[in-house]
Order: sequence, then structure tokens, then C-alpha cells
Amino acid sequence: MLEIKNLHARSEDTEILKGINLSVAAGEVHAIMGPNGSGKSTLAHVLAGREDYEITEGEVTYDGKDLLDMEIEERAAEGVFLAYQYPVEISGVSNKYFLKAAINSIRKHNEQPLISRGDFVAMLKEKLALLGMDKSMMDRSVNEGFSGGEKKRNEILQMAMLEPKLAILDETDSGLDIDALKIVSEGVNALRSPERAIVVVTHYQRLLDYIVPDKVHVLAGGKIVRSGDKSLALELEDKGYSFLNEGTEAVAAS
Amino acid sequence: MIATENDAYQESFNQFQTEQSATAPAWLTELRQAAMTRFTELGIPTKRIEDWRFTNVKSLAAKPYQNVQSISLASGDAEELLQRAKLDDSFHRLVFVNGHYVSQWSTQHELPEGVVIENLASSIRENSGDLQERLSLETSDEAAAFIALNTAFVNDGALIDIPEGVVLDRPIHLIFLSVESGQTVCHPRNLIRLGKGSRAAVIESYLGREGEGYFTNAITQIELDKSADLDHHKLQHEQTDSLHVASTHIDQKDSSEFRSHYFSFGSLMARNEINCMLDGGEIVATLNGLYMPTGEQLMDCRTRIDHAKPNCNTYELYKGILDDHAKGVFNGKIFVHQDAQKTDAKQSNQALLLSDDAVVNTKPQLEIYADDVKCTHGATIGELDENALYYLRSRGVSKDLARKMLIFAFANDVVQGVEIPAVRQHLETILLSSHGLPDV
Amino acid sequence: MSSENALLEEYAQREYEHGFITDIEADSIPAGLSEDVVRLISQKKNEPEWLLEWRLKAYRHWLTLEEPNWHNVKFPPIDYQASVYYSAPKQKPKLNSLDEVDPVLLETYEKLGIPLEEQKVLANVAVDAVFDSVSIVTTFRETLEKHGVIFCPFSEAVQRFPELVQKYLGSVVPYSDNFYASLNSAVFSDGSFCYIPKGVRCPMELSTYFRINAQNTGQFERTLIIAEEGSYVSYLEGCTAPKRDENQLHAAVVELVAMDDAQIKYSTVQNWYPGDAEGKGGIYNFVTKRGACRGENSKISWTQVETGSAITWKYPSVILQGDNSVGEFYSVAVTANHQQADTGTKMIHIGKNTKSTIISKGISAGVGQNSYRGEVKIMKGATNARNFSQCDSLLIGDRCGAHTFPYIEVRNTTGKVEHEASTSKVGEDQIYYLRQRGLPTEDAVNMIVNGFCKEVYDVLPMEFAVEARKLLNVSLEGSVG
Repeated sequence: MLEIKNLHARSEDTEILKGINLSVAAGEVHAIMGPNGSGKSTLAHVLAGREDYEITEGEVTYDGKDLLDMEIEERAAEGVFLAYQYPVEISGVSNKYFLKAAINSIRKHNEQPLISRGDFVAMLKEKLALLGMDKSMMDRSVNEGFSGGEKKRNEILQMAMLEPKLAILDETDSGLDIDALKIVSEGVNALRSPERAIVVVTHYQRLLDYIVPDKVHVLAGGKIVRSGDKSLALELEDKGYSFLNEGTEAVAAS
Repeated sequence: MIATENDAYQESFNQFQTEQSATAPAWLTELRQAAMTRFTELGIPTKRIEDWRFTNVKSLAAKPYQNVQSISLASGDAEELLQRAKLDDSFHRLVFVNGHYVSQWSTQHELPEGVVIENLASSIRENSGDLQERLSLETSDEAAAFIALNTAFVNDGALIDIPEGVVLDRPIHLIFLSVESGQTVCHPRNLIRLGKGSRAAVIESYLGREGEGYFTNAITQIELDKSADLDHHKLQHEQTDSLHVASTHIDQKDSSEFRSHYFSFGSLMARNEINCMLDGGEIVATLNGLYMPTGEQLMDCRTRIDHAKPNCNTYELYKGILDDHAKGVFNGKIFVHQDAQKTDAKQSNQALLLSDDAVVNTKPQLEIYADDVKCTHGATIGELDENALYYLRSRGVSKDLARKMLIFAFANDVVQGVEIPAVRQHLETILLSSHGLPDV
Repeated sequence: MSSENALLEEYAQREYEHGFITDIEADSIPAGLSEDVVRLISQKKNEPEWLLEWRLKAYRHWLTLEEPNWHNVKFPPIDYQASVYYSAPKQKPKLNSLDEVDPVLLETYEKLGIPLEEQKVLANVAVDAVFDSVSIVTTFRETLEKHGVIFCPFSEAVQRFPELVQKYLGSVVPYSDNFYASLNSAVFSDGSFCYIPKGVRCPMELSTYFRINAQNTGQFERTLIIAEEGSYVSYLEGCTAPKRDENQLHAAVVELVAMDDAQIKYSTVQNWYPGDAEGKGGIYNFVTKRGACRGENSKISWTQVETGSAITWKYPSVILQGDNSVGEFYSVAVTANHQQADTGTKMIHIGKNTKSTIISKGISAGVGQNSYRGEVKIMKGATNARNFSQCDSLLIGDRCGAHTFPYIEVRNTTGKVEHEASTSKVGEDQIYYLRQRGLPTEDAVNMIVNGFCKEVYDVLPMEFAVEARKLLNVSLEGSVG
């Protein structure tokens, strides 16, 4: 579903991604781990299309199409979803309006009939219940005045509503207490399906206790330096990222 | 003196004084005369005066406006305007047409004991209370010409007195209409006084009919005694060929709270001043404003907050959306006197330009003479928040709709600060008609 | 708390250490200003006719002007007829080497910490020393000329490079610009002239050291810096004056021109005599400084540390004409005792993608009054122009004042302007925290003040940053670590 080849990206004068290779198939859950500053969040935003980064080399194919050639909203419409580490507050726009606008923009793009008010409300009610959120939050402005946990939950709610094909979760566990972590993870797990791929970007192993990955990659210095199964995450938990400095540069990933 | 441009005012004034001579108390005749002398001295402000630097009021203010001595209410326009101005029939309502109180259009519901809601002209006739003192406004400043002019013609307006401890449950709606034909001018003067611990909400609406261009020169004076609470709204909907000059003066005592919501939509040129004097401790004042000039409109919002005593908090948020050839001016001063320790003052001005022919001038100022204070001001002018745009687009919303959502949200933020439902709904309707969001 | 107050007070009343007077015989003209005085100055400098004409135009224009009154500083009326408009130490008309400079003068500069003998000075700084109305000596001239860099007294440039001077003089600050600039244009005596040819990176820092010595004398220097395509120069300016009871006038003009891809970095440490603790004496510093980013991708950066003068009135500005050009203004202004400062900048965005940054730090102590006044204009054609301004004030003691007067005008939808301002005091909790960690109160205050100014110190050339810290009587040495 997602094929990243030799991806290089820079911000201003600093090269952040220095040749990423990664392949994610439908139905898989991949975890990308790594120390702070390794380029994890950059990778997530490059896939979502943030314009602050310049792609200097490499390619990304998504469902056989050139992802890098698409506008931000086009990617979303094609099923790419990024759950933000720091969700943006937009005062004056209600969550409800925003969600409906997003769903119908995507449907319009895909030449599908627009969602009716009734269907929208029913769907929203169901997803809110799934995430244990109060419906009054939908009348509030987008993320405004939300606590850290509420913001993260709201991201997963949007994901549940938009039903993406490729979901990228950027440090979704940061700032969550254990109860919130469980609820968010349940929300994500409910979305696991053979048609959907999920990429979990995280610094800590603990999220992976709840969202169990098929593959784990370690990103350091802008490259994937190791790949493995979920045991790699446990090894990292055990040894920390320090082993990266011990010259084990070698193992490039697939 | 500077003569010619003021001739029309002088002529009107002479006529006005003659007509009033039979009924006006001597002190008032003198007060008016002194104010007219001061106005003649000052002349219409020019751009050389710092406070008028960005607003060239001369061409509009120097027209030969006529004072309307008696109103006919003959045209159907007046009633139509009144219907447009009405917000909610449950409100107390005072209606003024071309500066004169119209009792048949005004409504007064049952009032708690001691509450006075009446028109100034009738109080003057009764010559009651301390009117002389209250009507004498300071005009020593070189920029005070229109205050002097208002005092010269002071005659009618609203007079509101809420006694100690009274909580007025219905808002008071003051409606000012300009409907008479010709180039007319009116000088409403409103006096609002809240006693200790009392509470009220006031809405001022300004509307007029299309014609040769009229001039509204209004003043509202507000006194809040200890722990009083006033929610004040001003909806400026004047015709787009008119001149609107207004100042609101607030004097606050200990622990009082004042909230101002100013919405500017109409006039060819609208200048609104708010002067807040925090003359006590533990005071809270909130000044919010939204101005949305289009076409050739100029909107000048000027605020001054004087922190004279310790431990007061003020919050100020003014937002502008400018389109076409419009011009927007924001001039906000926070003045912290030497005694005003532990002041916390926050001011923010944000403006969006939707056209390259629009101009915005912003002048946020801090003058601080006390050391233990927290004062911040911020001004941002420019494009919409790129982070928010990216966020919306990454959820599939098109760039165009995302922009519309952010423009709507930008203005809606101020509208949502209004607590009275009827007023908020009225504003939402206006906002939706100009920057509304499509159904999604 | 009272001991802290005493310290703060002491801090506010720090001593002026450059207040001595040099006893040297001077060639001065009588006090007063007239067309004849303008002619006399021009004649003393053996100037060409066009320059005299320019001076006279400026003088005649000045007569039509009134002193500005919009600033937030107060001072008694200045009697422009009481000032001396030309004073030069008597010496041989032309100096061939440093050996011929009057040793008393060399000693003066030595005492000020600016040795003029090349072997003694910092190897990478060329100095032009201006004493009252004339330039005494310029060091490292040969080295510079090898690179094609011209660095000489202004009066010499008029003789040697008249076509360059005529082309650029008044091209950024016209003689009619403002009251003080017109006065300067009429009577300016000397100053520095720098010309950096195409593609040359000036091999060393250029520096001018201004000293007012003579009594009742006004100093009116004029500096002109031209950076041709692709060149770079860093220029430093320092100023001191003796302690005198009368106020002395200093009205300088600085013009900078940067062509395509050129960069000018202009740093000032202004330490004119501020007057005594009662507010007696001190320099009136009315200065017009402006740079024009004429070329594409050009950059002009002003950095100033203003600690001296009784009154500072100064707005180093940048006109951003060239597309993608950059303007910067970094300022620390201190007003202690009775000092008053009204200072800031103007950034005028004309070209596309132009960027400007303003960082202003005002520190007020004693009964000092400190005002930031700045203007940011985004003109209609300035697509994608950006400005960021931050103006912070720090108050030490409860009798001083800090004021902020920004003017913002935007005429382009793609322009983006952000202005932030804050005011704070040296917090008791901050001092307490630092003391709890073992710092004496004085060091704690110094550390806070220093931290407050850090963003500006960071962009000063190193030697200057050191001097700036010393000037604030703030030394971190020995207090950290």
C-alpha cells in the first residue's frame, strides 16, 4: 500500500530524512521508534504533505500513485490520515461542522454521495461512544480548551469518522495517562482491518503493549537503522537507544 | 477663527440656543455656549493631531449638516428601520429618531423600585439631580472637538440609573435612528449609572436611512460604583454614506466589572472611542471589538485604559476583517499609573486583509509607570494561521473551504463572547450573510 | 527586600567612567549658526562648490523646520545659537603617520581603551578616531586598500572620491529628512566613509570611535557606507564624552547602501555622558540612521546598545527595496537616573519576499523613561513580506517608566506582521530562586538583566558584547559555574 524509496527531506538548511526505505502492506501495523530528533515526526508530516519540508530525493507510492505529487487535502481524500502529536486549536469552528466538512469533502473527491445529516449524527454518536467522549464536545471549537488527553481522543475520533486506508499516529501516546492510553488504543484496534494499514510513530514501547505491531523499525539520524518484529521494541525498552551509538549502523531496513 | 467649515454648526447652534432659551436652565445655556466656543477653538481635527493621524475626518465632518429640531416620523423608512433594529420584545427599549426621544416606539416593562430608565430631555426639563456636573465633560485635549460639539448640542439621549443592589434581569436596548431627509446631524448623550453591587446589560444600536449622508455624534457616559457589573454592547449599523463619531467614557470603582462588545459594520467613516478609567482596586474590564469594513469604508477603533489603582485586570481583543478599498485603524493605549501595582493588562489586535487595496493601521501602545505589572500587547496582521490551514486540509477539506472556515472562525470568536442570546443570534446572522459557511 | 532595593538603586546609579577631559588646544569657531558659519566650515575643509551648495540648501531648509514634538522625551528648549559648530584639536594640517598625532590625543584614546597604534590594537579591527569635529587617525588603511576597501575620514573622501560621495550623500537620508538631519547636513564636520567594492568581504571589522571633548560643542558627524554587489562589512561604532554640567548636542547622520547580495552589519555601543544622578548635564543624542537595501537579497542589520546620553532620539531604519532583502534591528536601551530614551526603528517593506526582525529590550531604572517607537510598513507591492517584532521592557525600581509605541501599516493581503510586547520587573521570586542556589543578590540581578538582553548580545561582535556587558556593570564572570 505504501512504498517509500530512498526518501530525503530537508527543512530550511537541515537535512532531516537521509534515505528512508519502508514498505507497508494493507492489513499491517508498523511501529516506527527512535530517539528524539531522529526524524520520526518529519516522516509523518512529509507523508501528510506539510509544506515546510522540501523533498530532495526519493519517491513515495501510495496505492500505486505518486503520493508526493498530491495536495494535502487530496492525500486525505485518498485515505491518508495523520493523528497529530500536537493537534491544532481552531477557535470559532465547531468540531461538528469541521468533521462534516471533512467527510463530505472527501466524499465529493471520491464522487460518492454526501452524507446525510441523520447518517452523520448516527455515526458520530456511535464513534463518540466507542471513545467514551461526551457529545457536548462536538459543539465546542476544534480542540480549543481541550486537555491533552481530550485532544488525542479527538484525533482518534476523527480517524474513526474518516475511515482512512493509511493511518499514521504521531506520538499519540505522549501526554496520556494509562486510562486514556487504553481507550485510545482500543479505538485504534477497533479500526484494524485487512484493508487498512497503520503506522504508529512513538518514542516509547508502552503504546505497543496495547497496539501490537507486526513490524518495528528504528529510525535514527534520518535513516531506518534496524527493523524487526515486536520483540525489537522490547529490546529497545530493555537497552534504550544507546546501542545505536555503538556502531551498529549496518542493518538497513526493508 | 478657522471659520467657514464650522459656519453650518455655528448657524445651527445659534438657532438651537434660541429655540432652547425658553426651556433650558441657565447653567445649560452656559454649558452649551462654552462648549461651542471650545469647539470653534479646536476646529474639526486634522491629520496633524496624532489621535487623528490615520483618519481624515475633515471632508465628511465639514459638510453643512442640519440639526433636526422636530421630527415628523412621516416616512415609512422610520418604521422599517425600527423593525430592523429590534432584537427582542422582552427588552426595555428606548427609541430616538434624529436625536429625539420617541415615546410611542419605546417600551418599558415593569421595573424594580428606584430604577430609572428615561430620556435625558425630560430629566433636563425637570432639572433633576446632578445633571450639570454629569454633562460637563473634559475637553482640554486637542483631539476633543467632537466631545465639545456634542456638549454644545446636548439635548436628549438615554438616562439610566440602577440603584444599589438591583439586578436588572432584562437588557435595556437603546435605538438611534436617522431618518429625516437632508444632511442631518444628531448628538445623542447617554448617561448610565450603576449603584453598588447592581447589575445590568445595555445595547446601543445605530441605524439610518439612505440619502444625502448624515452624521451621528454620540457620547455615552458610564459610572460603575463598587462591585457593579455592566455588560455593554454597541451595534453600529449606520448607512454606508454616513459619518459616525462616538465616544464611551467609563468610570469604574472598586471591584466593578465592565464588558464592552463593539461591532462595527456600517458608516462610510466610523470612529469609536472607548475610555476606561479604572479608579479603584480589583476592577475587571473587558473590551472586545469586531470591525468589518468593505467598499470605501473606514473604521477607526480607539481605546484607552487607564490603570490608576492597584490589582486591576483588563483584557482587550479587537479583530478586523478588511475587504475592497476599506481602511481599518486600531489605536489602543494602556496607561499604567505609578500607583497601579499588580496590574494585569492584556491587549490583542488582529486583522485580516482580504484585498490588496485595503489598508490597516495598527498602533497598540503601552505607557507604564509602575514596576510590578504584567502588561502585554500583541498585534498580528496577515494571512490565516498556516498550521490551522494545514490541519484542516490534512483532514480532506479543500483549501478554499478551509480559508472560509478560518475567516468565519476569526470573526465568530468575538461574536461568541456576547452573552445575550438575542444579540448573539443577530450577530451570527450578519456574520453568516457576509462570511457565512456553505452547508457541508 | 530593602537590601535588594538598595542594590537596585546602586545599580541604577552606576558611575560614568569615561568622564575625563582632554586638555588640548583647539581650533574652534565662535558659537552660533548662520550661513557664514556653514560657509566657514566648508571653507575650512576646502570643500568643492557642490557640497557647499548642498549644505546651504540644508541650512535654508532647516530654518523652515520646527523641532519635532511627538517623542516621549522632555527637555528644555535648545539654544542652537549657543553651540559651537566646529572644533578641532590644533595639529599639523596633514598627518603622514601615527607618530605625528599629538601624544595627548593618543593617550586619550588609550585611556578610553581604544589604542590607536596598530601593533597594540586588536588585529582584526580598523579604527577611525573622531575627536570633536575631525577625524584624528584611521588605522590599517594600507591593509584595507589592498582589498580595494576605502575606509577614511569623510572629509578626506570628499577630496579623494568626490564622485562617490556626491552620488550617495543624502541618497538615503535627504537633507530635508527631519529637523536634526537637516541641521547635520548643514554643519556636519567629519565622520567615516566606507566603500566595499563588488564581491569583497571586508577582511576586518571597521570601527569608528567618536569622542566629544570641547565644551559647548555640538558634534555632527556623518557616516556613509556603501556595500557593492556581493560584498560584506561589519562596522562598529563607539561613543563617549567628558562629564560636563551643560548639555551637549550630538546630531549625527548615518547612511548605508547595500546593493545586490550585499550585507552590512552595523553595531553601536553608545556611551555618551548621561548626566549626573540629579540629571545635570549629559549629551542630547539626536541621530538619524537609515539603510537602504537597494539590491536583491541584500541585508542590513542594526545592533545597538544604548547606555549613555541624557536623551536618546534615534530610529535606525531599513528601506527594503530589493526583492528578498532582509532588515534587522536589535536593541538594548538602558535609562537610569534621569535618562530618557525614545528609540526604535522603521522597516519599510517595498520589495517582494522582504523580511524584517525587530528585537528591542528596554531597561528602565531610577527615574529613567524608556520608549520604544517603531514603524513597520508593508507597501502594496511587497508580496509575502514578513515582520516579527518583539519589544520587552524591564523595570528596576518603581519611579521609572517603560513605554511602547509601535505603528503598523499593511497594504498587501499576503503581508504578515506580528508584534509582541511585554513588560516585567526583576522579580523577587527570581532573585530569591537564584539566591537560594547560592548567588549573591547583585549577581542575581546582573544575571537576570543579562539574560533579558541575551538575544541582542548574541548578535553583537564579540569584543562589543564584552564591552556592552561591562557597560551595564554586569559581569557574569565568577558568578556562574
